Amino acid sequence: MFSFREAWSVTLRGLCGILHSAARQRPLRTPAMPVPAPLSLSFGRAPWWLSATRRSISYKMSENGVASRRGKVLTVDTMNPRIKRVEYAVRGPIVQRAVQIEKELKEGAKKPFTEVIKANIGDAHAMGQQPITFFRQVMALCAYPELLNSSQFPEDAKNRAQTILQSCGGGSIGAYSTSQGIESVRQDVARYIEKRDNGIPSNPDNIYLSTGASDAIVTTLKLLVCGEGMSRTGVMIPIPQYPLYSAALAELGAVQVDYYLNEEQCWSLDVSELRRSLEAARKRCNPRVLCIINPGNPTGQVQSRECIEEVIKFAAEERLFLMADEVYQDNVYADGCQFHSFKKVLFEMGPQYSDTLELVCYHSTSKCYMGECGFRGGYMEVINMDAEVKAQLTKLVSVRLCPPVPGQIMMDLVVNHPQPGDPSHSTFIKEKSATLNTLAERARLTEEILNTVPGIQCNPVQGAMYSFPRITIPERAVQKAKEKGQAPDMFYCMNLLEETGICVVPGSGFGQTEGTYHFRITILPPTEKLKILLNKLKEFHLRFTQQYS
Amino acid sequence: MHRFQRLSTSFLFSGRFGRKRVQIEGTAFESRRGGQTVRFKAQGPARQCGGSKRYSTAEATVESRRNGEVRERTLTMETLNPNVKAVEYAVRGPIVIKAVELERGLQDGMKQPFAEVIKANIGDAHAMGQQPITFLRQVVALCTCPELLESPSFPEDAKQRARRILQGCGGESLGSYSASQGVDCIRKDIATYVEQRDQGVPCNWDNVYLTTGASDGIMSILKLLVSGQGPSRTGVMIPIPQYPLYSAAISELEAVQVNYYLDEDHCWALDVNELQRAFHEAKHYCNPKVLCIINPGNPTGQVQSRKCIEDVLHFAYEEKLFVMADEVYQDNIYSSSCQFHSFKKVLYEMGPEYFNNVELASFHSTSKGYTGECGFRGGYMEVINMDPEVKAQLIKLLSVRLCPPVSGQAAMDIIVNPPRPGEPSFLQFHKEKTSVLSTLAEKAKLTESILNTIPGIKCNPVQGAMYAFPRIFIPPQAVEEAKVLGMPPDMMYCLRLLEDTGICIVPGSGFGQREDTFHFRMTILPTTEKLKLLLEKLAAFHIKFLQKYTALGESSDKSPSGQAKAHLP
Repeated sequence: MFSFREAWSVTLRGLCGILHSAARQRPLRTPAMPVPAPLSLSFGRAPWWLSATRRSISYKMSENGVASRRGKVLTVDTMNPRIKRVEYAVRGPIVQRAVQIEKELKEGAKKPFTEVIKANIGDAHAMGQQPITFFRQVMALCAYPELLNSSQFPEDAKNRAQTILQSCGGGSIGAYSTSQGIESVRQDVARYIEKRDNGIPSNPDNIYLSTGASDAIVTTLKLLVCGEGMSRTGVMIPIPQYPLYSAALAELGAVQVDYYLNEEQCWSLDVSELRRSLEAARKRCNPRVLCIINPGNPTGQVQSRECIEEVIKFAAEERLFLMADEVYQDNVYADGCQFHSFKKVLFEMGPQYSDTLELVCYHSTSKCYMGECGFRGGYMEVINMDAEVKAQLTKLVSVRLCPPVPGQIMMDLVVNHPQPGDPSHSTFIKEKSATLNTLAERARLTEEILNTVPGIQCNPVQGAMYSFPRITIPERAVQKAKEKGQAPDMFYCMNLLEETGICVVPGSGFGQTEGTYHFRITILPPTEKLKILLNKLKEFHLRFTQQYS
Repeated sequence: MHRFQRLSTSFLFSGRFGRKRVQIEGTAFESRRGGQTVRFKAQGPARQCGGSKRYSTAEATVESRRNGEVRERTLTMETLNPNVKAVEYAVRGPIVIKAVELERGLQDGMKQPFAEVIKANIGDAHAMGQQPITFLRQVVALCTCPELLESPSFPEDAKQRARRILQGCGGESLGSYSASQGVDCIRKDIATYVEQRDQGVPCNWDNVYLTTGASDGIMSILKLLVSGQGPSRTGVMIPIPQYPLYSAAISELEAVQVNYYLDEDHCWALDVNELQRAFHEAKHYCNPKVLCIINPGNPTGQVQSRKCIEDVLHFAYEEKLFVMADEVYQDNIYSSSCQFHSFKKVLYEMGPEYFNNVELASFHSTSKGYTGECGFRGGYMEVINMDPEVKAQLIKLLSVRLCPPVSGQAAMDIIVNPPRPGEPSFLQFHKEKTSVLSTLAEKAKLTESILNTIPGIKCNPVQGAMYAFPRIFIPPQAVEEAKVLGMPPDMMYCLRLLEDTGICIVPGSGFGQREDTFHFRMTILPTTEKLKLLLEKLAAFHIKFLQKYTALGESSDKSPSGQAKAHLP
């Protein structure tokens, strides 16, 4: 029965495709073809030939296998075209296939491997990283305050939970918070930023808690998009980029303006490239926003203070709104590299800049040493935002009521962790540094092993959680990919997945200089597993190269 | 260091004094004028108001500049996304901002004619003192801190639920991302729950998507549906009065809002003739293809009859509309003559022609019902008859945001998979659940009956949900005064109420209402004692308000035609 249904829907879909494309071509002639109004009315909204075709062809199987004769209201042809343009490779076709393979393995299918290793996404806990005990203790206490009477929890965790609960409506994390986030959490965030930035003041009124950093980034972009045609907002993003940016821009109908990171110089950001990109973009849109990811995702570089200063100068000169994605601020591994926040550098450059430049910085609970992705915690700090616009921002976020309160609490714990002398301090420090040390070790390991593979070239992983090596793909493999209608690195990654069970994301999902190929791999699997993974990858690469040379 | 001090004061200045006020002005005044936006930028001197100087935005901005060199910002009201500007959300609008201000004032020792601000503006049960369901919180705590699985102080059934959820999480941690549609086992539990609720109507867990509260699900579906330009732009039919998430989302997405009016004279019932009228009128200027229904109604509290749902679905079938059924109050039914019928169940019962064709998305949430877990931002939607290719697009869209908060997903799981008879937690769970629901039922009745004793206020029965939406008589003199102030009359009414009594409610204009009628929305959530007090204060205020303005209006004696029957003293 099932296969019969499948077969039906496949044939029908094939038929649909043919008829649809025929139908799609026809409307080209429509302007010349006057359709009498009453006629078109009687057949509904679509031109009569289209709707007639659709009626006869959308004979698809529905919910419980009964054929439906009606066309749907919502089809790929009638849906929001902007959503269609959205792409998000980190959870794209490769990952969907990986999930499928996992299911096949569970059902006993024979594969040349026994498990799928998901190195596609910066999901630390899924890769076995342990949560910070103190964070989870406080969270459990907040969720179930009866535990405050339990002797199982240290005093500082209990105190923190009590403080947090006092700032929640009705003393419950089940109450909505204000839309901007719990006030005491925002105060803690501001204090954390001040401390991080050597005393540069931070105002809790400028802090907005968010549902992960993604939410805050999309919200900021929403504010900024306006104009039509030449005056449409252009947003400058690095290439390679984290595809949230391109996806958000597609969804909002903004113009994506690419600037390329310099792979030869360890993915550094070059201001002359920013200038080139800006000049070119001004011919087609109104570039008003500059996005920076530091430390870089997927590229793992850490920007120097000097470079940040130049970027700020550039943004000020060109009157760009600056968005600094700093969610990997604690993930800095390379000697000689240090994280400098855009805000700190901005204020150190003096009031000429710090009084005017509009800047938003993002942080999250998902990365760094805590890796609490599932809680969807995050914040943004907005600097020099027009007061009326800020009121609009507050209004906009109020429609969604509030970010998840557990996520806000997690954010609070990250910015206000145990201090020396607190009962939980030593465990906290031990756990935190253990995680960061292993990450540093894995960063080095990944770079080292990848660079031993002929045809793979990997920049140092100075920070973040990824390596983005360049791969040489033989001409014949490129041809083969083209035949299959795939990007060559997608073809490469798909083969890697099918042969080894390793799931990585093709560089084409992040963007890359034309004619170059890459993939993004996380450094998160446990060290032993990572070694095995890298060696398997090496073998695969050699085999692949041989096969197609 | 000196520099920083100066800066921080200027931040403080523009923040504390500038922004809050501007927010009130910006939103309140813009909402009124619709198309032509009137804003209060620095034109002329700062106005005096209530004894404290009002700083307007531009002044505050100039303050932070040095040497008079004013650099135009990149993002200003002129260059802001116009769709964002058009968004309005009264539930957290100017009245609420004012309430927060008053609350802060009280804390700082400011004298007011009341001792506390009572927020009856939002369906936030826990904030009003409702206790969480123990079992739900136990499971969440166990998931958060799995060490507790060893603790003897937790019941076995809670541990069993927690283990199951953790097994569905990557690395068995709530801290990993889930699949974008949600944790598999939770989606399966939801499907089982929906089947049971709908007396066996099949539910495929593949059609279930976890969301960040129901709002997120509603937004996502609307996003898919918006397309076309000019007369082919997607029109979305929403009830008036509506929950303003809908109008806000429609503005943000630049869709066309198509209003259909609920029938206040028939207990806010939905009349298919009115749907017909709205639909056919809308066809002249847009492409109405979505029908949103809120059942039980927010803010109106009505519960739709099975017959009415059938009519609506028949209409949607005939006119080929995508149906969005907001059913987040499905457990909040108080009137003994009412029963919740899910749109999906009714659709199924109407036969395969309907069940296989009508595209339907229904929404549920952790925030309402008897749990009231708003802060967790949990929710789900079930989508039926969606085109498989569109479904793939939906999954792609959701994947950009990675996943809904996993703790919210866990809370959702407990709502759909609560303790069963025979399990150790069942009795306590059952007691807590019935206690919450029966108190709510009692408060629903109380609110309706007290409101109806007040002259000039008329309230339909609160059959379900968490709100009363009474109609209020506002004397013509007061309407005139509101006009002069540039705000909707019910906004002025609510503002006065807040300032006099500390009661925070939302004006009907924020939800939409028939022209020249006025309402407000209040929640029934305060504790019974507090609710009684609130209603007493409200009655006293209302009478005073009527007296004040009818006394003023005696000379120009105009009869309040088209207004609620005012039994004036």
